[in-house]
Amino acid sequence: MSCMRRFCHETQSHDSLHSCMCRRSVALLLLKMSEERDPAALSGSAQTEGEEDLFVSAMESPEAARLSAEDISPSSNGPRDDDPDDPDDLFAEATEEVSLDSPERQPILSDGPSPAITPVTISPRVDVFDRSPDLDEDEEENRDTFDIQISVSDPEKVGDGMNAYMVYKVMTKTSLSIFSRDEVCVKRRFSDFLGLHSKLASKYMHMGYIVPPAPEKSIVGMTKVKVGKEDLSSVEFVEKRRSALERYLLRTVKHPALLKDPDVLQFLESSELPRAVSTQALSGAGILRMVNKAADAVNKMTIKMNESDAWFEEKQQQFENLDVQLRKLHASVESLVCHRKELSVNTASFAKSAAMLGNSEDHTALSRALSQLAEVEEKIDQLHQDQSYADFYLISELLGDYVRLITAVKGVFDQRMKAWAKWQDAQVMLQRKREAEAKLQYASKPDKLQQATDEIREWEGKVQQGERDFEQISKNIRREVGRFEKDRVKDFRVVIIKYLESLVHTQQQLIKYWEAFLPEAKAIA
Amino acid sequence: NMTSISEDSDKEKMRSVSVDLNNDASLVIDIPDALCERDKVKFTVHTKTTLSSFQKPEFSVPRQHEDFIWLHDTIVETEEYAGFIIPPAPPKPDFEGPREKMHKLGEGESSMTKEEYAKMKQELEAEYLAVFKKTVQVHEVFLQRLSSHPMFRKDRNFQIFLEYDQDLSVRRKNAKEMFGGFFKNMVKSADEVLISGVKEVDEFFEQEKNFLLDYSIKIKDATAKAEKMTRSHKNVADDYNHISGALNNTAADNNTAFKKHLEKCAEVFEKLRKVEDRMASDQELKLTELLRYYTRDIQAAKDLLYRRARALADYENSNKALDKARLKGKDVAQAEENQKQCLQKFDKLSESGKKELTSFKARRVVAFRKNLIEMTELEIKHAKNSVSLLQGSIEILKSN
Repeated sequence: MSCMRRFCHETQSHDSLHSCMCRRSVALLLLKMSEERDPAALSGSAQTEGEEDLFVSAMESPEAARLSAEDISPSSNGPRDDDPDDPDDLFAEATEEVSLDSPERQPILSDGPSPAITPVTISPRVDVFDRSPDLDEDEEENRDTFDIQISVSDPEKVGDGMNAYMVYKVMTKTSLSIFSRDEVCVKRRFSDFLGLHSKLASKYMHMGYIVPPAPEKSIVGMTKVKVGKEDLSSVEFVEKRRSALERYLLRTVKHPALLKDPDVLQFLESSELPRAVSTQALSGAGILRMVNKAADAVNKMTIKMNESDAWFEEKQQQFENLDVQLRKLHASVESLVCHRKELSVNTASFAKSAAMLGNSEDHTALSRALSQLAEVEEKIDQLHQDQSYADFYLISELLGDYVRLITAVKGVFDQRMKAWAKWQDAQVMLQRKREAEAKLQYASKPDKLQQATDEIREWEGKVQQGERDFEQISKNIRREVGRFEKDRVKDFRVVIIKYLESLVHTQQQLIKYWEAFLPEAKAIA
Repeated sequence: NMTSISEDSDKEKMRSVSVDLNNDASLVIDIPDALCERDKVKFTVHTKTTLSSFQKPEFSVPRQHEDFIWLHDTIVETEEYAGFIIPPAPPKPDFEGPREKMHKLGEGESSMTKEEYAKMKQELEAEYLAVFKKTVQVHEVFLQRLSSHPMFRKDRNFQIFLEYDQDLSVRRKNAKEMFGGFFKNMVKSADEVLISGVKEVDEFFEQEKNFLLDYSIKIKDATAKAEKMTRSHKNVADDYNHISGALNNTAADNNTAFKKHLEKCAEVFEKLRKVEDRMASDQELKLTELLRYYTRDIQAAKDLLYRRARALADYENSNKALDKARLKGKDVAQAEENQKQCLQKFDKLSESGKKELTSFKARRVVAFRKNLIEMTELEIKHAKNSVSLLQGSIEILKSN
């Protein structure tokens, strides 16, 4: 093989890889590795000491660690409703509701009467927005009883065939005064959400507000649902969408300006909503939007802005980098989701095979042990499946949301450039008008002169407005980016911990299952 | 001066698929070392013995995989061993996986960072090592099956294999020419038909036949499914690796305290990968290798049944021939002698076959028990490590 040849020429490189693989004996290789204390090289029980060193733990012993983790539940602020001794309840099925403080402040859990956050559900409803009791620098300002909870639930299919659509129940519970009722329930369909986003984007994006993007359309996914396929993939698709819609609404109301927006209020409260027609996938309006987007892209290329403020240049670069990194991270997590699903399927398949082997085995005790092994593997396959839901809903979907959010962030920077360009254009126009007026001074056409003077005033106004707009959007963006970064950090911190806890749960279940199997294996006689 | 692969206690644990071997101090065999040169693996076969049939009490020889195959084949061809289960030949060392990885590593070297390259190299070495361990184990077990068997241990060719300090390749060539693979070249597909077709009077063999035919199908399937399961497990570990790398990349850009947070997360995933990898490897070594080995061993048991069935067929033919001879009144004595020999052979095969199959079951049960226990204990250990690693990290992340 050419690769071997390349590696085997001592003259070319002293790559130790070559020397290890091609010449040195395995024994020496092992000695070298144990010197480097790399237990990954050795499988089996060879290096007990090395392994313990590898795992730096803040706890003294695993038992102590387990205890304190159960005591510190990040997801409930008050007494837990479920039995802390039964780890299964950690993932009890429940309708998740999120408690948010006044959107102006940092969200923290509210004490007292509002429902405590119940822990993460793994299959399939996973709540991303549990707020840990963070000690935030703004916390003093946030001592308030403002809150709003939103849930999207109960997907229902309406109609038949290709005209069918899903309707979701949107429930809002709040004590905010801008809402007309404490609790309101409405029915909304997907295009309603898209319509809301469309309105908000057109109202606020040009001001530099980061408007949370709506979930993506999926013609394939929806077609399956319409056609009436009751299979697992359709169910998963609906659940995925439901969760995405919920996250979308929560992000939207978290924005202080958007929360007060009449369209948002109408969306959450009105029993009837005018059908958002312009969001149809292949509609005329859709095509128009695509054309506009393209035009914008061309414009962006021709605007060469003189950036006087280094902050914007830095931030833009940062977001470009973050975009790339998040996409990569997202891709890796998607791969994990996929492989863990495969692992679940393969484990189930092995379980069946082991059961058959157990049936065939003529030694009674071994036969029983093999059947038990099959049962354990079946339970483990379910564990893997549950874990893959956590992989997906906790991390993968969040990363996907952020990839889309970053696009929105980049969008507001573009808007600022457009504002700047408008301001510059106005200045250019003003200059032209002044020049024109100057020329008319010598032409003795008094009414034209008056018109020119009027136009100058008009354009002076536009220049001032352009400058004001530009400064305003710059200010808004600074504030928005600050808020975005704070939220981003918080979201990730919360989610990572939740995810690691889901992994802990899986491992603890594994221990349980295997410890139950061990005496069965020992009983083989 | 031998360098051992690992501590003695770990050697015990390595020799897992077949147990109670090497208990007899009069002949102790192991493979303490192996060398990989290009495509060839050279095993160091080390013998310690008190038997006078050997020239020295302790010695080592280098042997290749083909030498093991030669030894296996000569034993299979030996008529007097027909009534024994012949220990299955070890499979050829398969370095295709690590070799592919090495190729990728070489090609991608220029596009990787130093850290990524070092990490991939480390993984590659670990994978190479895993393949090594497996192949050493399986070759070692083959020899130990022979040394622990009352008849095989006395085999002349076995002694030559252990002792002869020259290259065996000349002998290997001669053997091929001599035997021409008589038994091996027999159409194996006739196997099943012959065995199932035999009119079995012996209850024991009837049961064994039914059991072995069914079990061999099931265990083959279980092996394949276990392999798939382990591969998926390794893929998950790989993903943890990529996630860790991606987190590190993101951290590199972040200038806030969040950066430390991200780095810590990257570290967690890296450690998780190691644990997950180990879980997968241990599962492979204890479960998949066990199933693989016994798939081969079941085949060896079936081969014994096949030989016995052939002997029975021969005996029935000899009966018919005797009847014919008696009818014709020609060559009766010869036919009688032939019939007597056939019967003797069949009886001998039946007698030793029964013993072999009974001890085979015992051996299989013990091996499964040992491996299932070890696998379970390792799974528990790794899961506990995971838990303490994760909980420790959660504490640190929360306190940030």
